Amino acid sequence: MEIRPIFASLRKHRIPACLIVLEIALACAVLCNAVFMISQRVSDIHLGNAIDEQGIATVVLRGADDKLVGSDIPRNLAALRGIAGVQAVAVTSTLPLSHNNWGWSFGLDPDATISDKKSHNVSLYFVGEGADQALGLRLLQGRFFNGDEYAGSKFDTAPLPETHVVVVTQSLAKKLWPGQSALGKTLYSMPHYYTVVGVVADVLRPAFGNQAGPYIYDSTYYPLSAGGSKGVLAYYVIRSAPQDRERIMREAEQKLADLNPGAVTKAQTYSDIREKYFADMSSMAWMLVLVCVVMLAVTAFGIVGLTSFWVGQRRRQIGIRRAVGATRGHIMQYFQTENLLLTSVGVALGMGLAFGINIYLMQHYEMSRMPWYYLPGGALSLWLLGQASVFGPAQKAASVPPVVATRSV
Amino acid sequence: MFAYYLDLALRSMRRNKVLTALMVLAIAVGIGASMTTLTVMHILSGDPVPTRSGTLFFPQVDPNPYSDGPSLPYDMMDYRSAVDLWSAHRADRQALIAHGQMKLTAPQVNLPPLMVQVLSTTSEFFPMFDVPFLYGHGWSAQDDASRARVAVISSDLNNKLFNGVDSVGRTLRLKNSDVRIVGVLGAWRPSPQFYDVAGGRFAGGQTGDFYGRTEDVFLPFNSSSDINPTGFNFFTCWSMPRSDATLQTSPCVWMTLWVQLDSAGKVRSYRQFVADYAAQQKSVGRFARADNTQLRSLMGWLDFNHVVPSDVRLQMWVAFAFLLICLFNTVGLLLAKFLRRSGEIGVRRALGASRAAIMTQCLFEAGLVGLLGGVGGLLLTLLGLWLVRRQPVAYADLVHLDTAMFLLTFALAIAASLLAGLLPALRASRMAPGLQLKMT
Repeated sequence: MEIRPIFASLRKHRIPACLIVLEIALACAVLCNAVFMISQRVSDIHLGNAIDEQGIATVVLRGADDKLVGSDIPRNLAALRGIAGVQAVAVTSTLPLSHNNWGWSFGLDPDATISDKKSHNVSLYFVGEGADQALGLRLLQGRFFNGDEYAGSKFDTAPLPETHVVVVTQSLAKKLWPGQSALGKTLYSMPHYYTVVGVVADVLRPAFGNQAGPYIYDSTYYPLSAGGSKGVLAYYVIRSAPQDRERIMREAEQKLADLNPGAVTKAQTYSDIREKYFADMSSMAWMLVLVCVVMLAVTAFGIVGLTSFWVGQRRRQIGIRRAVGATRGHIMQYFQTENLLLTSVGVALGMGLAFGINIYLMQHYEMSRMPWYYLPGGALSLWLLGQASVFGPAQKAASVPPVVATRSV
Repeated sequence: MFAYYLDLALRSMRRNKVLTALMVLAIAVGIGASMTTLTVMHILSGDPVPTRSGTLFFPQVDPNPYSDGPSLPYDMMDYRSAVDLWSAHRADRQALIAHGQMKLTAPQVNLPPLMVQVLSTTSEFFPMFDVPFLYGHGWSAQDDASRARVAVISSDLNNKLFNGVDSVGRTLRLKNSDVRIVGVLGAWRPSPQFYDVAGGRFAGGQTGDFYGRTEDVFLPFNSSSDINPTGFNFFTCWSMPRSDATLQTSPCVWMTLWVQLDSAGKVRSYRQFVADYAAQQKSVGRFARADNTQLRSLMGWLDFNHVVPSDVRLQMWVAFAFLLICLFNTVGLLLAKFLRRSGEIGVRRALGASRAAIMTQCLFEAGLVGLLGGVGGLLLTLLGLWLVRRQPVAYADLVHLDTAMFLLTFALAIAASLLAGLLPALRASRMAPGLQLKMT
């Protein structure tokens, strides 16, 4: 295939050719970045979370008398255990993705202070007895808390509990003590210090920003007695078989409301909590999908429109070529090659632009670096789109009969 | 002339129905997408107190006694600094603010107890922020000092508890104390809820919650600390509270102060006052850094907190890139269309039409495409905003198309299509009459 005539004819239509190149470049740049954003959000929405998400329901009980929680919590838990189908119940201060985040910064040396820049910010989960069972935490090393540790831990005036044991997630253990066993190591925020007694599989924090970073699993667990909880143990976590969950949640809410007439109850399945947390992320992802689809459609129509125009304009030349022996295939090839050339220039520009946009987004928005394969991926889709949209007009061009050459003047 | 051009444009558009439809559609979706996102952006980045935002300021000091703390002052203040600055009464108006949650029951109302968000503040909050009242009024400075058990409630809560009737004088039970309602707010939905904005720079772009509804109950700060002394939310602490600490003496930041300063001179002298306070606190050993003070304006504070969620800004950029693609598309198609009519244009030129006349005619046609695209874009914008209102975001109920945005839709559509038509029109008008006649 000779491409020189194509260049010659494109030089004559410089402006439309430039326009189509720019349109393809911009479409390629937006497509790469949008697809990258979509994929990031989709992977965020599916972040792993090592608790029994399908089996957990929760009733949050607020406004109960803080002075009576020591006897109220055991009574409430006993009542919940009485519901048919309940496998485990416990109280906690919060749940992953509940937005109810209590953070604190710890150091690895006894003299670390909270405002120290070297301190590590983590999320605190205060849990009552049996929480490992109720949440379905997966213990990887060491142990969970024993009865004495639960009974002995309470809140004094400090915002940290008066105990000396902690369970951390695997990611946090690896980050704080790389290459070592976390068991027996200590987190400091003097006068409080906590020694790691167990490591559990990764559980998400109650809240994190727009983008999942390396900090999303920085969760820590502390035992807390009902009597010393000062009302922070407000989440009743109820675990059951998934098919029983809905019914058990209703019964549990009713029971807690009956037992605590002065308090405010709010029941949710864990799946709802998770869905709510990621709702705006998934709506953003859908919006981007919609934009990409419409954008590609508009680009395709643009190519169809312009090529059809060119075909119309060149009917005589096509006729002449056909008359001097070009086959239909040659004519088709001509327009397809022309489109391939334009698209190639477009995607080359577009990949550069996509890279630039990504750098800008990394600086000004919480965006990470786009993996390289998005660029050829975007290029390939626009090549295919270009070829698909040029096919119709090219076929029309190929069907121009040779006799046109003799007619039109 | 107008009618003639209109006729020509309509004829030409009818001749290439598919091409015309494509152009109108491209403009319409481009405009629809960009106007939807621009409207959301416009609403979220607006001025929450248009009447006097220029006079509202947010003082900050750094109460950290250690010099190794964060380089910028905390987003909130400790009790002592906030109350010191407030009680000096050096501004035209000033209000302390702290947040908490309390259990609420209404005697004689048959509803289960509620957990409500409580804003603890001082009397000048209402006049300073121009807060509208439906019934009654705010409390007085006297009530602040005497720790009066009074409350102002939101119209939402008034509707929920009292079906919207005048509830001034009725009693609410907050935790274990009774308070008397002295005022019910009118429709007040500042966007964002600026006086609660803090910590935006740590939110990772997830700032949609700054656009939530106002608190349901407003209490005098002193009364609130009597009713529920441990019920305040704290922002952060610079060291571990000692075991005998109360919230008031704790090394934690949890209060904010807003001031109204009516002239540039007063702003200057207040800035000096805050700096002097920090210097004096440093000299008594309470602060480590005297130079770490700020007095940001309301809009400056909102900017600093990046209140507009990053997703909203991203969506706007995506939509404008999309509009640009649609424009390139339209330019290409218009060019194709005008050049295809070169014969007709040649005849007109040969019959004496000036270049300007040809250009005007082409632009007229482009403008008409823009107008039709604008109508389509408006419908798509309304559809887009309807979709935004159904999203699970705090600002969903704020989103609507106002007149300015309605007009902007058409202006943008016509400007975009004229811009798109300019190059093709220029090319068309440059055609030599004779050549085109010969060709056909």
